[in-house]
Amino acid sequence: MIQAQKNFKSWYKKLPPEFNIFLVLLGMALLFEILGWIFVGQSFLINKRRLIIMILQVSVIGIIAVGVTQVIIMAGIDLSGGSLVALSAIVAASLAQNSTYSKAVFPHLTDLPFLIPVIAGIGAGLIAGFINGSLIARTGIPAFIATLGMLVSARGAAAWYNNGKPVSFLSDEFTNLGQGAWPVAIFLTVALVFHILMRYTKYGKHTYAIGSNEEAARVAGINIKRHKIIVYSIAGALSGLAGVVTASRAMSAQAGMGMMYELDAISAAVIGGTSLFGGRGRITGTLIGVLILGVITSGFVFLRINAYYQDMVKGAIIVGAVILDQYRNKKLKNKDKDI
Amino acid sequence: MSSNQQNIILKTEGLTKHYGGVRALQDADFSLTEGEHVAIVGDNGAGKSTFIRQVTGVEIPTSGNIYFDGNLVDFKTPADAKEAGIETVYQNLALADDLDVPSNIFLGKEETYFNLGPFSFLNEKKMYKKSIDVLAKTGIKIPNLKIAMSNMSGGQRQCVAVSRSAGFASKLIIMDEPTAALGVQETSQVENIIKNLKEHGIPLIVISHNLRQVFDLVDKIWVFRQGKIVGCVETSKSSTNEIVSLITGVKLGVEEEASFI
Repeated sequence: MIQAQKNFKSWYKKLPPEFNIFLVLLGMALLFEILGWIFVGQSFLINKRRLIIMILQVSVIGIIAVGVTQVIIMAGIDLSGGSLVALSAIVAASLAQNSTYSKAVFPHLTDLPFLIPVIAGIGAGLIAGFINGSLIARTGIPAFIATLGMLVSARGAAAWYNNGKPVSFLSDEFTNLGQGAWPVAIFLTVALVFHILMRYTKYGKHTYAIGSNEEAARVAGINIKRHKIIVYSIAGALSGLAGVVTASRAMSAQAGMGMMYELDAISAAVIGGTSLFGGRGRITGTLIGVLILGVITSGFVFLRINAYYQDMVKGAIIVGAVILDQYRNKKLKNKDKDI
Repeated sequence: MSSNQQNIILKTEGLTKHYGGVRALQDADFSLTEGEHVAIVGDNGAGKSTFIRQVTGVEIPTSGNIYFDGNLVDFKTPADAKEAGIETVYQNLALADDLDVPSNIFLGKEETYFNLGPFSFLNEKKMYKKSIDVLAKTGIKIPNLKIAMSNMSGGQRQCVAVSRSAGFASKLIIMDEPTAALGVQETSQVENIIKNLKEHGIPLIVISHNLRQVFDLVDKIWVFRQGKIVGCVETSKSSTNEIVSLITGVKLGVEEEASFI
């Protein structure tokens, strides 16, 4: 009996750290499956359309979440994601309009190849992220405050850009990017690229090192300021990409887009096991965290439960994930003291 | 300036550091010759760690000059000092607890396959193998290098921190309290590493509270008191009595203070 327990323990320890959260995802999906058969009379999971929509609706959040994950691993935070979605969506859309529309934002810049608005949108996010990073690295103010400022300012800039009016009549070339499974493909590509970056490159190693012990990273000769600026810039650029996808999916852009997306993105990262204390977390975990958000949203719609409950449950899950993280952290610290 | 004596590796002139109104270090004139092992001793707050932080680029001195390897140097960051050839073991260990042993040993000087700036791919195999070599050289045994530092004992952590510096042959190694909080066996391991460095002719500065250890290991002892250097004595021509009286500022002939031995 004891031997069996030991075997189980060593087997369990060898599993990737995402295993627990993957069980939660599986459990939730199964719960909705069972409830579906009882209350709706149909399957929740065996439905290709639903599964695609499930991932589709969280892929924009997912793109932001990947950027936010690396920021949190570095023991930072980025609250500006949602506002940057609006800003870059509107910047991208303004350069993607049809010449057939007479009231274009830039009447001389219509019918451009789709890469130009895409690059402009990502660029807008990149610049905002660069400002975030520079403020944090050069002035030493908390990341919370710097990105909170950006959250407010970028939303304002998005409204100012076209006097608060929405931008629409976008070229087919541009809007194709948001149709079908494209957003999912973009999200998964971004996740894969950043999984590789975080796991196998110097960039990733230094990000973990700074999050784990900034002073140690500094005395080891890592250029902390430069690295922080790069990480926040990339987070901004990914929010910009998310904005481009949003605009092309909605076939228009307006300043109110992406409201609260930053919180969903942070939730996905935290649910996926990224520690708010820094130093720990993986993109694969965030991917599962994003899927959990997708399952919750789809599941509640599927069961026709009031959307208010959805937010209440989401909030509870986030708090639960952080409590778990704190508990794990304490356990690690106590271990140190014992020795 | 190139120094008159060819074999001086590190020299400071009038090195001073003020933190606001606090004069942590005043006019420190220090020198170290090639292959020499010296200890810095002194009471808490005597300016030992402050002195080290100025020399290693962690802080920028208020005034004074530092000459390293014959040149006037002006380290702005720890990376500058490291590049010049100064390796340091810090009192607070300076390890990234969430990373494994090879990552910590190679932190800031990672081996990569080809250079793509920050996006260079890590050569983990090479780092793993070299880590084993580095640790073997120092006689430290760690069963599993792939687990996070936070899962290791204080002794293992300290040994990794020490071997990280000692493993990369450099021009100067500085250790700040390398054996504080270590067990007897682990202390002797660290002492072996230091003796090993002496054989290889690598100069060393060690900060220590343990006078027994200091007399055992080094050639010269520099004594700090209240932010000033109050003496430099050769180990062979001195006694614990003399050092204790220099540390405390009490005249010779005083009873040995047990806490220093």
